[in-house]
Amino acid sequence: MTDLPATTDRKLGLVIDLDTCVGCHACVIACKGWNTENYGAPLADADAYGPDPAGSFLNRIHSYEVQPETGPAQLVHFPKSCLHCEDAPCVTVCPTGASYKRAEDGIVLVNEDACIGCGLCAWACPYGAREMDPAEGVMKKCTLCIDRIYNENLPEEDRLPACVRTCPAGARHFGDLGDPDSDVSRLVAERGGFDLMPEQETRPVNKYLPPRPRDAEIDVLAPLLAPVAEEPRGFLAWLDRALERL
Amino acid sequence: MHPAGSLIAFTTASGFGFGLLAFLGAGLPPATGWTLIALYGLGLGLAGAGLAASALHLGHPERALLAFTQWRTSWLSREAWAAAAALAAAALAALAALATGGRLAPIGWLSSALALATVGATSMIYAQLRTVPRWHHWSTPALFVAYALAGGALLSGQGSAAVILLVAAGFGQFFAWKAGDRRLADSGTDLGTATGLAAAGQLRSFEPPHTGGSYLTREMVHVVARRHALKLRSIGLFLAFVLPVTLLVLSHALPSLAAAAAAHAAGAAVIRWLFFAEAEHVLGLYYGHHTGDADIGIRNRTG
Repeated sequence: MTDLPATTDRKLGLVIDLDTCVGCHACVIACKGWNTENYGAPLADADAYGPDPAGSFLNRIHSYEVQPETGPAQLVHFPKSCLHCEDAPCVTVCPTGASYKRAEDGIVLVNEDACIGCGLCAWACPYGAREMDPAEGVMKKCTLCIDRIYNENLPEEDRLPACVRTCPAGARHFGDLGDPDSDVSRLVAERGGFDLMPEQETRPVNKYLPPRPRDAEIDVLAPLLAPVAEEPRGFLAWLDRALERL
Repeated sequence: MHPAGSLIAFTTASGFGFGLLAFLGAGLPPATGWTLIALYGLGLGLAGAGLAASALHLGHPERALLAFTQWRTSWLSREAWAAAAALAAAALAALAALATGGRLAPIGWLSSALALATVGATSMIYAQLRTVPRWHHWSTPALFVAYALAGGALLSGQGSAAVILLVAAGFGQFFAWKAGDRRLADSGTDLGTATGLAAAGQLRSFEPPHTGGSYLTREMVHVVARRHALKLRSIGLFLAFVLPVTLLVLSHALPSLAAAAAAHAAGAAVIRWLFFAEAEHVLGLYYGHHTGDADIGIRNRTG
C-alpha cells in the first residue's frame, strides 16, 4: 500500500561521514555485487563492453570542490543512495502499490512483481535514488541490504549493508536512527549530522556528517615543518658558490 | 526532463480527445446521426490513442491493471480511474443520444465533467512533483484544462468559443513561461541544500559519479540544447494561438476551422515538448546543472 505509515517502530538507516570518505567507490562495487546476486532482479548493465556502457546502481559517489573564503580548496566525496525518507514521495506517487515503506523498520522497498516500470517514483525522488533496470524494466533501489541485516546464515559481523561492511575508511555507519541512544544517533548529535534538501520536506532517515575544517588545524603544526637548513654547507656550499661564479 | 515521444503524444492527443468529449457532453454541437457518431468516434479515438501511447513508456504494460489500485495516494492511479470512467460515460452519452435522437442531459454533463477531471488528473501527475519546481504550481492543471477546452472547441466547431479559449490559453501559456523560468531559483533548492555544504564555501561539481550515461542523467538531467528555446516558444505560440485565432476571425467555415485545429495541434505538440524539455529536476543540481539557467531569454540574447 502506498499510504505511508504514521510512525515506524525503528528507523533503520545510514550515517555517512563526508569527513572520512575517500571517494574510492568500494561501496558502489560492493552494493552492485551483492544486489546483483541476491534480492530481486539483478542490477543489469547495458552495453557493458561496448562503446557506451551504462547500468543500474543503487549507490553513486559525487565529488565536490569546496572553496572556502580563505585557504586552499577542499575535495568532498559525496556518496548518495536511498535516504529511506519518512515522508517518501516515491511511495505515495506509485499507482500500483509496488513501492512501500515498512512499518517495522522504515525501510522503503519495491515489490518488483507489481512494478509497471512507469518511472514516476524516480521523478518524485529529489535525490536520484531510484533507477530503472535496463534489462528487467522494473524500478531498483537500495534495500538497506534487507537480505543481509536480518540474515542469520551470515556471521554476525556481516549482518550490515554491503556498503557499510566494505567501506575501508569507516565512513559509513548503519543503525537505528529512531533510537536516540544508538551509536548512529549519538554520532549524528555529536558531529552535527544534517539532512539533504530539507526544504523538500521528505524527512530523510539517512544523515550526513560535515567535513571538519582540516586546513585550519594543519596551520598550527606548519612552523614545525619549516626547512631546518636554509643555506647549504660543506661540499654543497662549495658547489653552490662555484655554480654561482660560472 | 526527458521529452519522451510517448508522453508528448499521450498528453496532447488525450487532451484534445477529452476536450472534444467535454463539448459533446455539453451538447455542442447539437449533432445527430452520422455527424454525432463521427464526432464521438474522433473524441474517443483521440483519448483512447493517447492512453495507449502512454502505455508505450511502461516497462511492464501487461501489469497496467494494477495501476487502478492506489487511488488514495497516487494521481496516476486516479487518472486511470478518471479516464476509464470518462470513456465509459462518453460512450454511454453517445449511445443515449443516438437512441433517443436528442441529448440526455444528466449523462451528458457527467461525461463532460469526467472528461475534464481526467485532464486535471493527468496534469496533477506533473504538478504534484515538488522535485520539478517549474511544474509544481496551480498553473500546470489550469493550462492543461485550458488546452483541452481550446482544442475541444476547435474540433467541435465552436468558432466563437474557440477564439476566447485560445486567447485565454495563449496568454496563460505566455505568463506561465515567464513565471516558470524563475521557479527553480525561487524554490530554495540549490547545490548548497542538496549537499548540505553551503556553509563550507563556494561549491563546484568536481567529478560526476559516472563517466558514461545513466538512467538518472537520461531521464532527469536531460539537458536539451536550450539555445533554441525562445525560437521554439515563439513558433509554438504562433502555431497554437496566433494563426488559429486569425483564421477564425476571418471565417468560421469548416476549412478555416480545420486549418485552425491543425495549426493548434502542431503548436500544442511543440509547446508540450518544451513542457518536458525545459523542466528542471532538482537532481540536476547534484550534477552541477541548472546554475544560471534561470532566465532562458537572457541566455539567448547573450548567445
